[in-house]
Amino acid sequence: MNKTAPIYGLLAEFEQPEELINAVRRARAAGYRKMDAYTPFPVEHLAEELGFHRTALPVIVLIGGVIGCAGGFFLQYWISVLDYPLNVGSRPFNSWPSFIPVTFELTILCAALSAVLGMLGLNGLPMPYHPLFNSPRFALASRNRFFLCIESGDKQFNRETTAKFLSELKPKGGVSQVEE
Amino acid sequence: MSQEIIGSGHTYATITDKISSIVLTRKTPHGWLFGFGVGFVLVMLLLVSITYLFVEGIGIWGVNIPVAWGFAIVNFVWWIGIGHAGTLISAILLLLRQGWRQSINRFAEAMTLFAVACAGLFPVLHLGRPWFAYWLIPYPSTMGIWPQFRSPLVWDVFAVSTYFTVSLLFWFIGLIPDLATLRDRSSSRTGRVVYGILAMGWRGSAIHWHRYEMAYLLLAGLATPLVVSVHTVVSFDFAISILPGWHTTIFPPYFVAGAIYSGFAMVMVLAIPIRAVYGLEDFITMRHLQNMAKVMLATGLIVAYGYLMEHFMSWYSAEKYERFMTLNRWGGPYAPAYWALILINIVIPQALWFRRVRSNVIMLFLVAIAVNVGMWLERFVIVITSLHRDFLPSSWNMYYPTFWDWSTFIGTIGLFLALLFLFIRFLPMISIFEMRTLVPRSEGD
Repeated sequence: MNKTAPIYGLLAEFEQPEELINAVRRARAAGYRKMDAYTPFPVEHLAEELGFHRTALPVIVLIGGVIGCAGGFFLQYWISVLDYPLNVGSRPFNSWPSFIPVTFELTILCAALSAVLGMLGLNGLPMPYHPLFNSPRFALASRNRFFLCIESGDKQFNRETTAKFLSELKPKGGVSQVEE
Repeated sequence: MSQEIIGSGHTYATITDKISSIVLTRKTPHGWLFGFGVGFVLVMLLLVSITYLFVEGIGIWGVNIPVAWGFAIVNFVWWIGIGHAGTLISAILLLLRQGWRQSINRFAEAMTLFAVACAGLFPVLHLGRPWFAYWLIPYPSTMGIWPQFRSPLVWDVFAVSTYFTVSLLFWFIGLIPDLATLRDRSSSRTGRVVYGILAMGWRGSAIHWHRYEMAYLLLAGLATPLVVSVHTVVSFDFAISILPGWHTTIFPPYFVAGAIYSGFAMVMVLAIPIRAVYGLEDFITMRHLQNMAKVMLATGLIVAYGYLMEHFMSWYSAEKYERFMTLNRWGGPYAPAYWALILINIVIPQALWFRRVRSNVIMLFLVAIAVNVGMWLERFVIVITSLHRDFLPSSWNMYYPTFWDWSTFIGTIGLFLALLFLFIRFLPMISIFEMRTLVPRSEGD
């Protein structure tokens, strides 16, 4: 292991989700802030323990839905009333009950697209390269292991003391460096 | 044991290895080659039928005036209906926190996508000039004209295309973490690259999971009213018209119930052989099959109630055309189709009341096949018997499907099978990450 090359962070590997939650709690108590946990499935309360409470996603989806709804209705109104008014069996040009199905479908479509694109955008995906993938053990994060990574950008980060702190949490899979 | 939703003794690792091995390491079973081969041959038949249709026009089908909506619309409604169970399982059961959905939602969603793809073909083929299908989309053209938004056929375009898009998003979002698993476990470079691109750099960060779960929940909440709206709009194609047998307010709810009914039957038809061939009895347990059987029984009764109300209204309305329509279904030239429908779609599925039938895999499979046939007959009866005898006796005529009607229909079954077999071979058919969340719960039992 090179002792001087810049590193992304230190990675501790656990076997059970409870051990990881416990480790995150202790790391927060010790004052670490720039860190993230990696798990093979969503673990309840883990994001909250990391200090992440609210996501802007519902607001994004609401805005998407409102745009779809208003845009969908206006599309039909503009076509049927303003651009090309056509008398169909003496129905009013603005026959709004007939416009509801398409308005509804476009509401759902825009809301769903904003949910997916919003989630990917906020998560910074697609991200083809990430330093964590340099760690050979990290592939198990998508199988059965639970990881805590304290990043080198943290104010308290120190290669020796942080490594010592992580080993005191007794990670069964050990502690390793993640190269930049 | 049979009441569990996951076999005992499984850990995070065994679940991951078992499901991903189907895609990555296990030898492709002979059954797969056979099934895909059959699908592939039928896809060729579909391509021949479509080519001939494009060359000759829809005169090669049995459709004419007054029965201008022959097999094309019957098959469209049938396929769309089958798709509905996928969304129901993945969205509505998620909102209702039904843990048992987690081993069947992935391939039910895939089934939805492929069924909607087959459904979407038919209205386009039926256009007469399919190469102008894009005229249905409102875009500013040099012709200066627009689609007619007061027509349910235009609503259909929006409903079906939205449904397909949202189903695709839902399915793909659900796949991302599993694609990451395949990327990390694949031993071939091609596998790592392809699954890696599709997984988009997913690394399972807790904060990502937090947003991911929120997005998944919101999508489920959006897909739930969507799935109800899609078959409602499909039923509007009929209900908005004035034809006896179509012009009725019971259509939207009973179409939606019928869609779920046939969709669950199709999930059953697919799940029973797949779990046997791939040895997935630990993940798709008897409890899943029994729950699906109960959903089928309940929705089947709603469909039966719909039939009953149609008949009641044709008597109670004292409308002579409505009354004639019912009598014509009972004793007219298409009466055999009607009575077959009642037998196959209403009488036979009552066997599901018995626990012995619900716990017998073969019996469940046969009932599910019957429901699929019965629901196809239902659409046949609705479309053809209503059209062939409308108001003016001088315009009455019969409809007989031709070879090309059948070959197009069977061809889409082949397309469905071929896509499904490709999916089973190249993507995890059971959601791996959702199965992992079931581990502690079943250990505690």
